[in-house]
Amino acid sequence: QGKFTLLRDTRTDGSFLVHHFLSFYLRAGCKVCFVALLQSFSHYNIVAQKLGVSLTAAKERGQLVFLEGLKSCLDLLFGEEEEQSGQPSPLQFISESTSNLKALFDFVRISLTPSGSDSWKGPVLLVDDLSVLLSLGATPVAVLDFIHYCRVAVCSQLKGNIVVLVHSNEDSEDEENELIVNSLCHHSDLILWVEGLATGFCKDVHGQIKIIRRVSLELTAEQDHVQIYQYKIQDKNVTFFAKGLSAAVL
Amino acid sequence: LVFTEEDKYGLYSNLLFKYFLAEGVVCGHDLLVASAKEHPDNILKELPAPLLDETYRNELGEETTAVKSEDFQDSMKIAWRYQNLPKMEASPTTSTKFGHYYDVSKTMSPELFQSIKWHSFYLPEELSLQPEMKTCNVNSAYARLLQSIQRIIYQEGFDGSNPQKKQKNILRIGIQSLGSMLWGDDICSSDTPEDIHSLTKFLYVLRGLLRKSLSACIITVPAHLIQNKAIMERVTNLSDTVVGLESFIGSERETNPLYKDYHGLVHVHQIPRLNSLICDVSDTKDLAFRLKRKLFTIERLHLPPDLSDTVSRTSKQDLAESAKLLSSGCGAMAIGKKHLDF
Repeated sequence: QGKFTLLRDTRTDGSFLVHHFLSFYLRAGCKVCFVALLQSFSHYNIVAQKLGVSLTAAKERGQLVFLEGLKSCLDLLFGEEEEQSGQPSPLQFISESTSNLKALFDFVRISLTPSGSDSWKGPVLLVDDLSVLLSLGATPVAVLDFIHYCRVAVCSQLKGNIVVLVHSNEDSEDEENELIVNSLCHHSDLILWVEGLATGFCKDVHGQIKIIRRVSLELTAEQDHVQIYQYKIQDKNVTFFAKGLSAAVL
Repeated sequence: LVFTEEDKYGLYSNLLFKYFLAEGVVCGHDLLVASAKEHPDNILKELPAPLLDETYRNELGEETTAVKSEDFQDSMKIAWRYQNLPKMEASPTTSTKFGHYYDVSKTMSPELFQSIKWHSFYLPEELSLQPEMKTCNVNSAYARLLQSIQRIIYQEGFDGSNPQKKQKNILRIGIQSLGSMLWGDDICSSDTPEDIHSLTKFLYVLRGLLRKSLSACIITVPAHLIQNKAIMERVTNLSDTVVGLESFIGSERETNPLYKDYHGLVHVHQIPRLNSLICDVSDTKDLAFRLKRKLFTIERLHLPPDLSDTVSRTSKQDLAESAKLLSSGCGAMAIGKKHLDF
């Protein structure tokens, strides 16, 4: 409860973790607010069905609040004026000159605040992925503020969890992105860091995942626990194994 | 969304661009061509003519039969274990037919254009037409192009808005040299451009439009001119497929014996991972292209046999670079950061 998990990928694609968390929390009965900035709803729906969860059903019964970034952006730019309906678009920072993500935060807060009839277990905020906000014109400070507000609202007040995906690269030239990633790393309770293998491409082992439990944040003078596994992605699931012990080798 | 990094002089990426459009014509798709440099009519006049099945097979057949007849007789003496392995196919086999082949020495005949509907967007013309419209902080040329694309998608029903229209078709969009100065964007000319986010915002909105409708898009960008590499990283994140073409013209690789059969390299930086957890990765990552008299082919890069007198290859640095090339992969799968020294 109240945990902030950071999904970080380097030189590979960590979105399989997003799919996992989405189906995991939906199956656990939590109320999920998914800010999907990079892909369309049908993409997540198809993958979730392979993992055994139906997103359309979850949306209908109110368990899932899905913000499809691509569609929102189009409505914002090409929508007609009469579509105001009193609620500003969550992505309105794109068209305004002030880069502040308050509208997005309000959207998140309203969707996760429990209404009287809700019987879901804790709220969860899932974001895929945060680096896109920079491409759309938000400043790093605005993005960090947004995350901070979300943490206060979701983790502290509502006792929910947050899972965020970011991309990073060791020799990246994108300083704004690196700033955000480093800052988030310091504040996270759990970091799942997916990397490509240092030895290059391999057909049987798709990469390695480093699991860092930030025990040092609890002020008990312990170091962070770091575990490293390698993984291979298949059509419907992902297999994890200890380093060097992939099925292809044994 | 196929994102192509242009080679230095734009020769080969232009060719790839025309192939995409020509395929659209042959398949009966609608086309939308946008350019700030050349008038789309001229681009369309220069599309390569499709090759009929028999002629292509003959071309390919000639080469392989020549090779086969030679070594059919000898059986291997020293490396006899290798004899049982199948011969490596340098170019894709013609057994699975996907798409068409084109003859670059001939242009497409105008009759083929009659059956399809095509739209064009030529920036100098568009600028003089309409007055300023709301731009949402995007470069005005990009904003116009987006408006244009959205209007065509909506009017022609590619996003399902007119269900009782004729049968569904696909819109192929080709945008040439995006990000160059001709589009009014200064990311290619200065280190700290005025509006860093124009190109990325444009791509995001375009991605939304493509996802919402039955269309596919190829964009060519002069990536070597963009000073700010952060933009390239963000752009890669926003595209589905990223392919880079590196031609050997004018670089020291032209005379390098490693690459003597080829005109350039194809770097596949990213392949789409849509609707599933994994993507379909081919076995090999090293691809090179060459432009023969009639065909433009992309093949696996194989090093020619080392028949020189010296024991090791000429320049170690070159070898190191090519080894780095051989170990790099595309973004969806892992990329190694250092090569192993053998």
